[in-house]
Amino acid sequence: MFRPGKMIKEVLGSVLKRPATTTYPFGDNGEIAKNFRGKLRFFPEKCICCKLCMRDCPSGAINIKKTAEGKISAEIDLAKCIYCGQCVEVCPKEALESTTEFELAQLEHGKLKVTFSADAVGPAKAKA
Amino acid sequence: MPERNFKVSIGPQHPALKEPESFLLTLRGEKITEMTVRLGYNHRGVEKACEGRSYIQCLYLIERVCGICSHSHATCFIQAVEEIAGLAVPKRAQYIRTLIAELERIHSHLLWLGVAGHEIGFDTLLMYTWRDREAVMDILALLTGNRVNYGMNTIGGVRRDITPDQIPQILTAIDALEERTKYYVKVGTEEITLRERLSGVGTLSKEDATRLGAVGPTARASGVDRDTRRDDPYAAYGELDFRVITDNHNDVYGRTLVRLGELMESYKLVRQILKQMPEGPISVKAPRKVPAGEAVSRYEAPRGEDVHYVKANGTEKPERVKVRAPTLANVQVVSHMLKDGYLADMPIVIAAIDPCFSCTDRMISIVDTDRNTANTIEWNELRSIGINWYRKQGIDFTELNRNFKIARELK
Amino acid sequence: MTALFSIFVFPGLLFIAVSGLAAEYIDRKFCAKLQNRVGPPWFQPVADFIKLLAKEDIVPQHADKATFTLMPILAMVSIITAFLYIPMWGTQALFSFKGDVIVVLYLLTVPTLTYFLGGWYSRSVFSMIGAARSVTQMFAYEIPLFVSILAPAMLADTWSLSGIAEYFSSHPWMALLNLPGFIIAIITLLGKLEKVPFDIPEAETEIVAGAFTEYSGRLLALFRMAIDMELVVGASLLAAVFLPFGTHLGPAAGFAIYLVKVLFVILLVSLFRTVFARLRIDQMIAFCWKYMAPLAFAQLVADLIIKGAHS
Repeated sequence: MFRPGKMIKEVLGSVLKRPATTTYPFGDNGEIAKNFRGKLRFFPEKCICCKLCMRDCPSGAINIKKTAEGKISAEIDLAKCIYCGQCVEVCPKEALESTTEFELAQLEHGKLKVTFSADAVGPAKAKA
Repeated sequence: MPERNFKVSIGPQHPALKEPESFLLTLRGEKITEMTVRLGYNHRGVEKACEGRSYIQCLYLIERVCGICSHSHATCFIQAVEEIAGLAVPKRAQYIRTLIAELERIHSHLLWLGVAGHEIGFDTLLMYTWRDREAVMDILALLTGNRVNYGMNTIGGVRRDITPDQIPQILTAIDALEERTKYYVKVGTEEITLRERLSGVGTLSKEDATRLGAVGPTARASGVDRDTRRDDPYAAYGELDFRVITDNHNDVYGRTLVRLGELMESYKLVRQILKQMPEGPISVKAPRKVPAGEAVSRYEAPRGEDVHYVKANGTEKPERVKVRAPTLANVQVVSHMLKDGYLADMPIVIAAIDPCFSCTDRMISIVDTDRNTANTIEWNELRSIGINWYRKQGIDFTELNRNFKIARELK
Repeated sequence: MTALFSIFVFPGLLFIAVSGLAAEYIDRKFCAKLQNRVGPPWFQPVADFIKLLAKEDIVPQHADKATFTLMPILAMVSIITAFLYIPMWGTQALFSFKGDVIVVLYLLTVPTLTYFLGGWYSRSVFSMIGAARSVTQMFAYEIPLFVSILAPAMLADTWSLSGIAEYFSSHPWMALLNLPGFIIAIITLLGKLEKVPFDIPEAETEIVAGAFTEYSGRLLALFRMAIDMELVVGASLLAAVFLPFGTHLGPAAGFAIYLVKVLFVILLVSLFRTVFARLRIDQMIAFCWKYMAPLAFAQLVADLIIKGAHS
């Protein structure tokens, strides 16, 4: 009934198998799920400045501002964002979307504030 | 061997604890003669923070009370809110909530197996169970968009639907996990060093379990037949067929068996849910202002019974939220279990109640030992007590606060 | 001049230090492979050692400074001295004399005493508990380990390690009789090296780091180096007493065979480290006295009978 070293067969078999861990960030690290909630992305041309996202954000991470010429910009604090996606869901014009980017660590706190603005012609330019 | 009584403090920082709590042991040689538990190191003021946020913001906050049982807290809270608001959650949403709940139970019990292995020095079990747990984490990331803190719930239903191409992936993962769990059951029952370390350790008789108020697998391993999923069905559990696992060993070995048995039951439940899931909408529209009322909601988290109380007053922010996590009920049992135990058993006994101290620390109750009274203190009163105490020591914070305010306005 | 070379370079300080680091790497990498992980790169033990050397040594205020700082050095010194008497290739060790098996076993006991003294004089609760456990554990594994090494000595009719190695290389079939002794020696060696299932004195989840809790910086680097060296020296001792083949092949091939033997013992130690959980101190003492000691004495009696039958 009692087998000392019960795991010995399994354990010796693992020597020949591929390891389950990877040498991150080198090596093959697999893929993240397609609808993973990572960094936000804002489309200024779709936004109507209703600020529903600001009202519903649990941590106050998003800030929509209208510049003097009527251009809309969004400042997202990546440190405060909890990546819940509530702003994405509540926006009536689908101006926000969750990307799968998750490697967001920075060495300086100031670099964690990301601004999406439309002062260039064309799609939004993200200033990090 | 030092034979006189000496005090060892396990925690707040200790390699045995995953989260800070203070256990003061009095040792005589290797035997524990006395144990004092002090809680409160993880108190974050979550209940107070809920009072200043709207219901949907509260949902995400309550979800982050704990990383491992996050869906439990979120669902329990949202069930209370939906009851006050009188919303009829659609059937499909209930089934999806149950599916995520069972997947969370699977991931939590596999995590516990690994942690128990680590506490008794069996690192191989840790590595293997956590490697297998990755299968269920990947499924949860696929379904909900995150590995922990799923954000699946919203007021009135769930946010995401299960698409038909996800179902075969879930079933494959469950099949693989079932094979692995059968292997772990064999390891748990046949490996002699495991049996030596887990048997006869942390005994808790059935009478003591009922008297001290243990919940969850801790109580079920002592023969107490209580499971909120069967006794007070919520979500889709009323229509599902499952067994409640109890055991008579009364010790840590029994708790291991109960959790392994619950894993096997969860696999069956997931298959049932996927087969029986009805079609339909996944949420109903919820009002922003919840009418006045109060509700208590119970939920069987992986660690035991989780109780939430919500009081609404007609505005869009709750008036009072109270969270009673299962670990708060179980942590009182630890000192009873460790009396006359060995120091070497301390980590596994604490780990056997599956402690989640983040869930535990809530309201501070002040016990006045001189006058033998206990009362709760209001927020402002607590603040003024603190300020006056520091003033008596000669430290005055008013200057500091003024400078801080000025600095903030200047920015 | 050659004496200085032997003491400091080969097979003295430098050789044992390098082979200790290599043994730690092999142990950790094999353990990782068994656990289906990638494991540390080859330079990890070297990096750990250099990092610890660069950190500050903090001596606790209430600790006995002299004992606290002396113990790591004493541990290293006794292990290196023990290694000088163990034959590597060929059957002659660097220095040998009648009775050196007793000296080697005694020198291998000194590290355990240094863990005890270092932990006790750190005056911290965790290190005192770890130190007490270290000595308690010694009461359990010491007798079976000694007897299982002395049984072949009885059979070979000599108290010198080189003599034992010489006897068993010329009578290889006698070495098979020592197989139960080999198993007992490996299991009790786990106790001496304080590896799972007997790593009770350094149980991380119970008493933080046992006797080494208050050590940091260079002193901890020396202690860890001493532990690595102990692994190599213990494995060499077992290889010399129980695995006596390939000893007449000349220096180069003999050295390669020696490395293979030591590697085999280290891999066995790693394997045992992986498949067992840690025992409690009372369970460990019960196990050693109920099973290991009688088996070791049975082996001794069997060897005496065979020796009597032979002569």
